[in-house]
Amino acid sequence: MNRRTGMLLAALVLPLLLVGCGDKLQWYVVSPATPAGRANLLFMLGGLKYTILLSMTAILISVTLGLLVALPGLSTNLFARSFNRVYVEIVRAVPLLVLILWVYYGLPIMMGIAINVFWAGVVALALSDSAFEAEIFRAGIQSVDPGQIEASDSLGLGYLDRMRYVVLPQAIRRVLPPLGNQLVYMLKMSSLVSVIGMEELTRRARELVTAEYRPLETYTILILEYLVLILIVSAGVRWLERKLAVREHR
Amino acid sequence: MSLDTALSPVIQLCNLTKRYGSFQALTDVSLTVASGERMVICGPSGSGKSTLIRCVNQLEKHDAGRVLVNGVELGKNRKALRSVRTDVGMVFQQFNLFPHLSVLDNLTLGPMRARKLTQDQATQLAMRYLERVKIPEQADKYPSQLSGGQQQRVAIARSLCMEPKVMLFDEPTSALDPEMISEVLDVMVELAESGMTMMVVTHEMGFARKVADTMVFMDAGRIVEQSTPGEFFSNPQTERGKLFLQQILQH
Repeated sequence: MNRRTGMLLAALVLPLLLVGCGDKLQWYVVSPATPAGRANLLFMLGGLKYTILLSMTAILISVTLGLLVALPGLSTNLFARSFNRVYVEIVRAVPLLVLILWVYYGLPIMMGIAINVFWAGVVALALSDSAFEAEIFRAGIQSVDPGQIEASDSLGLGYLDRMRYVVLPQAIRRVLPPLGNQLVYMLKMSSLVSVIGMEELTRRARELVTAEYRPLETYTILILEYLVLILIVSAGVRWLERKLAVREHR
Repeated sequence: MSLDTALSPVIQLCNLTKRYGSFQALTDVSLTVASGERMVICGPSGSGKSTLIRCVNQLEKHDAGRVLVNGVELGKNRKALRSVRTDVGMVFQQFNLFPHLSVLDNLTLGPMRARKLTQDQATQLAMRYLERVKIPEQADKYPSQLSGGQQQRVAIARSLCMEPKVMLFDEPTSALDPEMISEVLDVMVELAESGMTMMVVTHEMGFARKVADTMVFMDAGRIVEQSTPGEFFSNPQTERGKLFLQQILQH
C-alpha cells in the first residue's frame, strides 16, 4: 500500500480512536487487550472468510457470464442481440436484496432442489452483477478500432482467435477501471446475503450487537473491515492496470 | 514459370456492384489480375478504389456480381473465405498493427493461429520477413515505439508471413509523413521485383510508373481507363483521366 493510502487510513481511524476515549464509545467490547474483547474481535473477523469466498466466487462467475452475455450483444444477428437486451434489462431491474430472497426461498420450490445459503448468495450476486459486467464488456469491445478486426480477418483468423488474441486483450485493458468498480461493489453487496443467514462479516457484526448491545463500536469496526478489504482490492486493480499499461503506449 | 501459369488469373471480378444505402460505390466493375501482375489503381477520392480492393478479400461484401480468388468464388461460404484470406495479404492505410503485441508477436499470430505453424517455425518466418523489410532489430518493440514508416513495414512483413499469393495495398503511404514514404515504397518495389502479384491503390504515381504492369483509373464507382502505365501517363484516353493526371502531377 502506498503512502497516500496509508495516510488516508490514518486520517479516518485516528479520530475514531481519540473520540473513543470519551464516554460515548465503549471500545472494551472489541478491545484486543481483554480476553472478552479479543473473543468478540475474532468472532467478527471470522466472517471475513465467507465475505471473501462469497464475493470472489460470485465475481468469477459474473465476469464469465457477463462476457458470454456481451458477445451476442455485438452480433449482427437480431435474435442474438435481442437475447442480450432482454437479459440485461430484466436482470438489471431486479433489486439485489429481492433477488437474494427469491433465489433462496423461491428457487428451491420452483426447481425442486435444496440450495444452501452460500450458493444462494453466490447465484444471486453473480446473476445480478452479470448484467452490469455484460454492459461493461460490450462497451469495451465496441471501443476496439474496427481496423483491428479487419487486420485479423485479413490474416484469416477465425472468430474465437480474433476475440482471444486481438479484441479481448485490448478491450479488457480499457474496462479494468469499471471492472474494479464492480469488484468493490460486489464486496460491499455481499453484506446483503446476511439476511438469509450467511455467516459473513455483516451477519457476525449483527449477532455481536444482539449479544453485547454496542452497535456503534461494532458497526464502526465492521466499516473498517470493509474499508481495509476494499483498499486491498483497489490496490490490486491499480497494480493490474499499471502492469498491463506498461506495454501499450498509445 | 510457364506461360500458362503466368497468365492464370489470381483475381477475377465480374460485374461487381456495391451500394452503401442509396450511394452506389461500385457499378459493374470487372477486372482480372494475372499471377505475377502488378496492378495500380488510382482515381479521385470517393471513386470506389478502396471499396474495390476491400471486396477482393471480402472486408466489404459485394451486392451483386462475382469475386473469384484462385478460382474460388467468395460469397456465403465462410470456410472458403478464411482459406482464401490466408492467401491474400492486405496492407492498410492505418497499418492496423496490434498495439498490445510486440512486433514479433504481430508477425507470428497469423502463421500460428491460421496456418498452424509452431512457435519456432513462425518466429523463423517472422525474422526472415523482418529482415526483408530491413527492421529485424525492432522485433521486441511495440508498434507505438516505431515510426510510421517502420510500422507500415512491419505491417507488410506481417502480411508476408502468411506467404500469400497476392498482396493488396490500400493507400499504404497516405497516412505517412513525407520523409517516410520512400522507405515503404522501396520495400514495395523490391516485393514487386521478386514477382509478387500485387494490387495497389495509391496516389504515388512515381511508384506506379516504376512497377505497374497495368494502370486502372476509376471514377464514380466505375473503371474509366485500363492500360499500361506508359500509355496512361503519356496519352490518357478520357477527359477525366487527363484532368486527374493534370491535378495530381501539377506539383
